[in-house]
Amino acid sequence: MLLATLLGLAAAFVQYFKIPVLRQIVKVYIELFRNTPLLIQLFFLYFGLPRVLGISPSPELCGVIGLGLLGGSYMAEAFRSGLEAVDNVQTESALSLGMTRPQALRYVIFPQAAAISMPAFVANIIFLLKETSVFSAISLMDLMFTAKDLIGMYSKTVECLAMLVVFYLIILLPVSILGSVVERRLRRGSFGD
Amino acid sequence: MAGQLLKETLLKIDHLRKAYGDTVVLKDISLTVHKGEVIVVIGPSGCGKSTLLRCINGLEPIQGGSITLQDKPIDGQSKDIAQIRQKLGMVFQNYELFPHKTVLQNIMLAPLKVQKRDKEEVRQMAEQWLERVGLLDKKDSYPRQLSGGQKQRVAIVRALCMEPEIMLFDEVTAALDPEMVREVLDVILALAKAGRTMVIVTHEMSFARAVADRVLFLDGGEIVEEALPEVFFDHPSTDRAKKFLSTFTYDAVRHHDVPQNY
Repeated sequence: MLLATLLGLAAAFVQYFKIPVLRQIVKVYIELFRNTPLLIQLFFLYFGLPRVLGISPSPELCGVIGLGLLGGSYMAEAFRSGLEAVDNVQTESALSLGMTRPQALRYVIFPQAAAISMPAFVANIIFLLKETSVFSAISLMDLMFTAKDLIGMYSKTVECLAMLVVFYLIILLPVSILGSVVERRLRRGSFGD
Repeated sequence: MAGQLLKETLLKIDHLRKAYGDTVVLKDISLTVHKGEVIVVIGPSGCGKSTLLRCINGLEPIQGGSITLQDKPIDGQSKDIAQIRQKLGMVFQNYELFPHKTVLQNIMLAPLKVQKRDKEEVRQMAEQWLERVGLLDKKDSYPRQLSGGQKQRVAIVRALCMEPEIMLFDEVTAALDPEMVREVLDVILALAKAGRTMVIVTHEMSFARAVADRVLFLDGGEIVEEALPEVFFDHPSTDRAKKFLSTFTYDAVRHHDVPQNY
């Protein structure tokens, strides 16, 4: 999650400030990871890398990197849209008050962009948590993996699958609720409504 | 007029040329603004009035000539532009208050972060100004809770609290309902009375006449006429100015003596 957020922020800034060369690289990165399934990305990291580069990362590392890269591409779009939603005249307004460009960004643009990006950010977090369900494919012990294990041991398929759903809800509902609370508070703190 | 020559020159624009690609917006503008003077710039839309203000504030790169404030060149790319902009208080057509900050935070942000002034001193100054424009009770409101006229008055106070040498007004009443225009213009009139140096772009002709020391008529990117307000409004010397001014008066079309068989 943290990796995804950091990657996303970095990628969004590159796009917002239209940094040459890096911008094209970021564009390719975002489109590549947004438009391919996580499962394939994980397979590539876990089974592909050892062949190509001769390094074999652990399943955990693969999971983190894979999810981080995928999340980063989604977060990048969320943050970029937030930044772009703040009118350019706001920057001019800040500049006309004698602020330097970094000051204008810090005090005027970023706070507004953060509030605007928040809903998409929370949605992405939830999406990423759910995506962990494919980790079992690279023998990572995620919920899905554990559930399959239990099904194999006790052959109570329905019960175990129900458990699985409940567990996902237990993890994600609080995130979801927390997210909307943060969202509302941020909006109130930001725009007074 | 003789007295004005003795006054300190604040702003000097010398053969300014501004173009977007091949489109020339300002051709050859020269203007000197003395301390305490109120210059009103009028002209048809697209004549370059707003661009002129944006150039003065260093928000637009210029293609020729020079603009200097107290002998320091204004250049949007230079390092000390932020320093110079503190002396230029700009008020925008659409207020451009910061929506995520309260009225008081909006006003105090730049004095505190840019000028590093004492918080109590700035707060007092802000509250004094808010009181003068009749908005002290709104100091903890957010911009979205204010009317257009109130927002614009806050924007004026925000610019004033930076203690600028010159105030620049860019069609500040153009987005307002008629009854709110008055409350904003009254604030500007009071500033003029107090001797503030201002460059005002406006479409409010009677206001222009009341507030101006000099009127600048801009058309096609050049200064067509520059005159005292009484002279300009009563006896414009160019056809272009006459034509422009006539767009603000209407001839009655429903006279009662119109022939019945019309």
